Amino acid sequence: MNRRPVEERLQDFDEVATGLSEQNAVLEALRCMECPRPLCVNGCPVSIDIPGFINAIANEDFRKAAHIIKQDNMLPAICGRVCPQEAQCQSTCILGKKDKPVRIGALERFVADWERENGVETPETAPATGKRIAVVGSGPAGITAATECLRAGHEVTIFESLHAAGGVLTYGIPAFRMPKDIVQFEIDQVLALGAELKLNHIVGRSVPVDELLAYDAVFIGTGAGLPYFMGIKGERFSGVYTANEFLTRVNLMHANKFPEFDTPLIRGSRVAVVGGGNVAMDSARVARRLGAKVYLIYRRREEDLPAREEEVANAIQEGVEFVCCANPTRILGGPQVQGIKCIRMEMCECDESGRPVPRACTEAGSTFTLDVDVVIEAIGQGPNPLLAGLIPDLKRGKRGTIEVDEDGRTSIPHVFAGGDIATGAATVIWAMGSAKKAAAAINKMLAEN
Amino acid sequence: MYKIVKRDQIADNIFEFWINAPHVTKTGRAGQFVVLRIDENGERIPLTISATKGDDVRIVFMATGKTTQQLAAMQVGESIRDVAGPLGKPSDVKKWGRCAVIGGGVGIACLPILARELREAGNDVTGIIGARNEGLLLLEDELRDACDELVICTDDGSKGHHGYPADVLKEMVSDQILDAVWIIGPAIMMKITSLATFDSGIKTFVSLNPIMVDGTGMCGSCRVTIAGEMKFACVDGPEFDAHEVDWDELMNRQRTYTGQEKESLEHYHEHKCHCGDHQ
Ligand SMILES: Cc1cc2nc3c(=O)[nH]c(=O)nc-3n(C[C@H](O)[C@H](O)[C@H](O)COP(=O)(O)OP(=O)(O)OC[C@H]3O[C@@H](n4cnc5c(N)ncnc54)[C@H](O)[C@@H]3O)c2cc1C
Ligand SMILES: Cc1cc2nc3c(=O)[nH]c(=O)nc-3n(C[C@H](O)[C@H](O)[C@H](O)COP(=O)(O)OP(=O)(O)OC[C@H]3O[C@@H](n4cnc5c(N)ncnc54)[C@H](O)[C@@H]3O)c2cc1C
Ligand code: FES
Repeated sequence: MNRRPVEERLQDFDEVATGLSEQNAVLEALRCMECPRPLCVNGCPVSIDIPGFINAIANEDFRKAAHIIKQDNMLPAICGRVCPQEAQCQSTCILGKKDKPVRIGALERFVADWERENGVETPETAPATGKRIAVVGSGPAGITAATECLRAGHEVTIFESLHAAGGVLTYGIPAFRMPKDIVQFEIDQVLALGAELKLNHIVGRSVPVDELLAYDAVFIGTGAGLPYFMGIKGERFSGVYTANEFLTRVNLMHANKFPEFDTPLIRGSRVAVVGGGNVAMDSARVARRLGAKVYLIYRRREEDLPAREEEVANAIQEGVEFVCCANPTRILGGPQVQGIKCIRMEMCECDESGRPVPRACTEAGSTFTLDVDVVIEAIGQGPNPLLAGLIPDLKRGKRGTIEVDEDGRTSIPHVFAGGDIATGAATVIWAMGSAKKAAAAINKMLAEN
Repeated sequence: MYKIVKRDQIADNIFEFWINAPHVTKTGRAGQFVVLRIDENGERIPLTISATKGDDVRIVFMATGKTTQQLAAMQVGESIRDVAGPLGKPSDVKKWGRCAVIGGGVGIACLPILARELREAGNDVTGIIGARNEGLLLLEDELRDACDELVICTDDGSKGHHGYPADVLKEMVSDQILDAVWIIGPAIMMKITSLATFDSGIKTFVSLNPIMVDGTGMCGSCRVTIAGEMKFACVDGPEFDAHEVDWDELMNRQRTYTGQEKESLEHYHEHKCHCGDHQ
């Protein structure tokens, strides 16, 4: 992906990756070997007809390309930007064995952007059925489920507890990676199909559970918004943030523009981000844009970082200092943060996921201290417990997820769930895919009775 | 958009607003709060549900900083961009027996709805309210009506008992006439007042007011330590057992943005709209 120069992008929150021109997209598409048994499709969680849409690009029929992608992926402008392609479709591309794989993600994004600029086809909708569906949460899962149910002719109300729709796409992923006008565009599409969006409505509270269950069908897409803490000393000091809080203050509340916007933030001059996933990379890169020196503390090796490859590369370019094989043991200071104490980790035998298990080194001299004034914890999130805990008879999984079958059906017959609330924190494409299945099951159920 | 249907100044620098918000009033109960955001540039701030009537919710606030001062300048007919709620858990209302509900400063506003619910549940309720002086007392008549008995205290003796609600509470504790107590006010007042019931083991609730952002359990800004464990005040509370609260931590965290709050207020006064349409 082409990127804007580092010095320039550190000054703003505009998108880093610039996308492909028409000409380059066609050239890239022409690299595709059109394998008879395309492995890329196996690598895609929702099995997009990848050779099909790439072939359409090669023939310069971009509208057809968009049409092909949208049969399986409702949110290509988003997935083209945030999917971990290097671990999915591109990892199985045959060209990758000798050379670079086809840049499937960049092509997907190109097609979606082209379509947005040239007019999106309004999907056909079935005649009104008079059936009412409640969708809880307006993240990728909720948006997808709502669209599919609207197309089947049902009446859909989307409830969102925050003052803006989009879920993590709005409050979590920064604009330099996920431009907010693109998120808004996707939301506008659902609204154009006739969805009613009720912001500031916390289902379970603003909408009591009995009222929710009175809908003909319910889709729960409340996400994994519960931040985890390390459980070490000093986490209560001012200047210790969860990634969710730090990112929400900036992305949703615009604390980077304080005092023009009212929400304050401790920017920090030296910031430690703890974690190695996308959430950690986003936090680190936001902190860099706010002018801090940034350390990213990760307990495994650099090659084990679970974040998207492209974002790790971006973070390195933007001057984030990686402190790998280290784990915080305590935050120093009080009541403000004055430093973070860490211990070196050694890598032991691999676990089932194939990653080495880190263990704290015991020999003397294994600890060190970083002089920081802000600590951001990005060590993971759990399923949002609020609503799930208020619905009696709703079966919950081990870590607080809502238990569902393959079609997203929960233990209550007309209640379905999808996205992070069902899988635990995962990815946009999985949220979209599972919501699509659940919506298909809802539509089938409502057609039958 | 949520319309302001009624507004009054009810004490020195303290305002009462009625806002049309049917989604809040449907289930809103004592102990719960709303989060509001005045406009696109606004901060999300939590305010307790002080009463509900039909589709309207009442909030009572002191105009201390940027957001509350801006709010205080709004007029009937104008709208607030976002009101989310009801948030938090309702108060633990059940038949306790004899209850005292104690309010300090603007915290007094939270008492009428609580007293009424407690009485409906069959409790005998004493209200004790305190303020620095008579000018800062509020909702007296409403409380006299909502409680079986009302005791008024002022720090300077300008009205009622010369002293603090804690003095009155101490007496009631030594007379052994209490089964449950609620204390709502500034953190320091809740901390000190709740010492009165510490040895007696009388169940004592306080409503914690840490800095919040979403109010839905998503950010962790509102984390407090209760009996050594981390809790999120917006979803696990805001009411907790007073004797289990780590008060110093709460008060330290409340001061996190002192400098920026001042800056924000100064910026507001410099850039305030002078068109004359809003007051
Ligand atoms: C910082 C960050 C970076 C990420 N980067 C990537 C990436 O690069 N690539 C990728 O694929 N994935 C990424 N992810 C993960 C991805 O964003 C999620 O997997 C995805 O958003 C899940 O979608 P969802 O719809 O299930 O939930 P969410 O997006 O979490 O949306 C849930 C919505 O439900 C609302 N809600 C919750 N409870 C209620 C209620 N009771 N009533 C009403 N509304 C409610 C919430 O406010 C929220 O808006 C990232 C996540 C984060 C936090
Ligand atoms: C659950 C809860 C219920 C509350 N109910 C009431 C009420 O009924 N009436 C009332 O007058 N006040 C109430 N408060 C406090 C109220 O939220 C703050 O006074 C308000 O946010 C101040 O905003 P400001 O911009 O005017 O002042 P600022 O100058 O920004 O701050 C003044 C003080 O308010 C606190 N504060 C600032 N921002 C927040 C925030 N986002 N969340 C919480 N506290 C903050 C800080 O401790 C600060 O020292 C409540 C707080 C909580 C947590
Ligand atoms: S205010 Fe964000 S978790 Fe409570």
